[in-house]
Amino acid sequence: MYAQMVKSENTDSGPEFDAFQARIDAGERIEPKDWMPDGYHKTLIRQISQHAHSEIVGQLPEGNWITRAPTLERKAILLAKVQDEAGHGLYLYCAAETLGVSRDELTEMLLDGRMKYSSIFNYPTLTWADMGAVGWLVDGAAIMNQVPLQRTSYGPYARAMIRICKEESFHQRQGYDIMMKMAQGSIAQKRMAQDALNRYWYPSLMMFGPSDKESVHSTQSMKWRIKINSNDELRQKFVDQTVPQAEYLGLTVPDEKLHFNQETGHYEFSEPDWNEFFEVLNGNGPCNTERLSARNKAWNDGEWVREGMMEHARKKAANEKVAAE
Amino acid sequence: MRDPLFEFLLRQGDNTLILSHRISEWCGHAPVVEEDIALANIALDLLGQTQMWLGLAGEVEGMGRSSDDLAMLRDAWDFRNAILVERPNGHFGQTMMRQFLFDAYHVELLSELVNSSDARIAAIAAKSLKEVEYHVERSATTIIALGDGTQESHARMQAALDNQWTFAGELFETDAGDETLNETGIAPLPSSLRSRFDARAKAILGAATLAIPETSFAHSGGRSGKQHSEHLGHLLTQMQWLQRAYPGATW
Amino acid sequence: MSDESPTARNEWPLWEIFIRGQHGMSHRHVGSLHAADSEMAIKNARDVYTRRNEGVSIWVVEASKITASSPSDKGPMYEPSQSKVYRHPTFFDIPDDVGAM
Repeated sequence: MYAQMVKSENTDSGPEFDAFQARIDAGERIEPKDWMPDGYHKTLIRQISQHAHSEIVGQLPEGNWITRAPTLERKAILLAKVQDEAGHGLYLYCAAETLGVSRDELTEMLLDGRMKYSSIFNYPTLTWADMGAVGWLVDGAAIMNQVPLQRTSYGPYARAMIRICKEESFHQRQGYDIMMKMAQGSIAQKRMAQDALNRYWYPSLMMFGPSDKESVHSTQSMKWRIKINSNDELRQKFVDQTVPQAEYLGLTVPDEKLHFNQETGHYEFSEPDWNEFFEVLNGNGPCNTERLSARNKAWNDGEWVREGMMEHARKKAANEKVAAE
Repeated sequence: MRDPLFEFLLRQGDNTLILSHRISEWCGHAPVVEEDIALANIALDLLGQTQMWLGLAGEVEGMGRSSDDLAMLRDAWDFRNAILVERPNGHFGQTMMRQFLFDAYHVELLSELVNSSDARIAAIAAKSLKEVEYHVERSATTIIALGDGTQESHARMQAALDNQWTFAGELFETDAGDETLNETGIAPLPSSLRSRFDARAKAILGAATLAIPETSFAHSGGRSGKQHSEHLGHLLTQMQWLQRAYPGATW
Repeated sequence: MSDESPTARNEWPLWEIFIRGQHGMSHRHVGSLHAADSEMAIKNARDVYTRRNEGVSIWVVEASKITASSPSDKGPMYEPSQSKVYRHPTFFDIPDDVGAM
């Protein structure tokens, strides 16, 4: 998901490790000042930062359409949604900062490629229907992952997720609302909607990450309750929920093998192309270069602003000190 | 001549529409995430105000045009915003300088409009004023911090002021239509707002250690619609594109 | 993650934000943010954590100035601005047959 492919650190054993695990097993929250294993600490920093970076980079594909939104109301809704994503990035960075890293350091690790963000934001948004598809599918997939994370073991992370889930609930609905308008609209609009579904279906399935049945990392993360469900479990849930929604729209999911299995009560579907997934993660997605260079430009262009405001604050503090003496 | 009231409402709605659009271009590109969020709030406020002003404009016109029709289906020469707000964003300091100059005018105008003899205008002004009082507070604080920050930020802000100052004057331009509206107590003369604008500008720009250019020249042509800058047409090609490409579609 | 990195000197400090809402409850911690000074911290808090809801009182405290015993365990809450109705999921009318969303 937003934390796809996060490596989990191995951990040692011993009495304090057992006590720590016992707290987690009892459903207790771990708080910043509490003792925690190194591996837990490091894995959390990676996972929360990657999630935060995803929100920040995630502003770009939708921001791409704000100036072209078709009505004033759609523009306001989209702007509010992208603004929420900035806010979610902010909450998550703050959660990561409770682990003793600074936001600027994390930002630099994103900008020079040492840290990752979700593969999904490396896909282009080509038509207005993509605003619908991103809200419906991408936010739909994100919510599926984020809702259980409200119960994650690390307190600041769980609290950030609670706030995020509360704000996020309108995102998926506004996306589906756009899709409904398109699917019920003119022939051209319907074509646009189908095209958006065609392009966003598999990338959305990839958001959950590759199958983690055999993954050691996943097992450790689940033990620590910083991962709650398996990737496959969430992907299945997503497909089960989304296919009827596509049918309601009169759109076709681009998967010839897709069918409902009466016995299991679940849809069976084709796997996404995992080679493509790894290529995107390794920098070869359609928009990797654009996304990272946009973020680098914002950061570099903003340097004089951040410094200028900080310098003014220092001067002001010095003046106040003089005045007080 | 066009109905002065319709013209007045277009001027309000077009100022907020075009400025909101410009600010929304920042989305995801601000110097720090807190500024991204703050800029989006300003854009959202101005967009909400646009819906009210242009909605009323359509009502007053009586031709059945909605706020969306007015925003999306007019060509550049029918827009009545001041040139200041259609100018490109430039760097963050230029955007904030433009914002401050507009806010400092906007807050004075709205403070008068809350007493408009037209209850609909007074109501829109009352809602907008609460938002704009915060806009000017925030843009002023930012101008002061960057003007009084590092050497580099100071130099950039001075250049931003030099570059935009001559575009502020148009906001106070007063024509026959304004006189008519003033006589009936609907809206103040724009020229009457100038002294309070100057006082605020002097105080804030002074605190920012910036020098106001010594010129009384003012660009004009946007508010009257006679001659916008080249930038407006490009802005409209983006903003209106879907409505133009798919006429009559519902979104 | 050392303090000597080139960014460290110019990183805006972290502030903890406390807000008292319209209903007269006492101030409570809603989250954190970065700002160059307390004045900007209050403004940023208005933009980030209230989305401009009126009638709220904001306290900001520089995080490094806080002495903590044990962390609180209350989750933060957030009330969207009343005028931005599209922030509420119920603004979008989704037909029942579509299922949960």
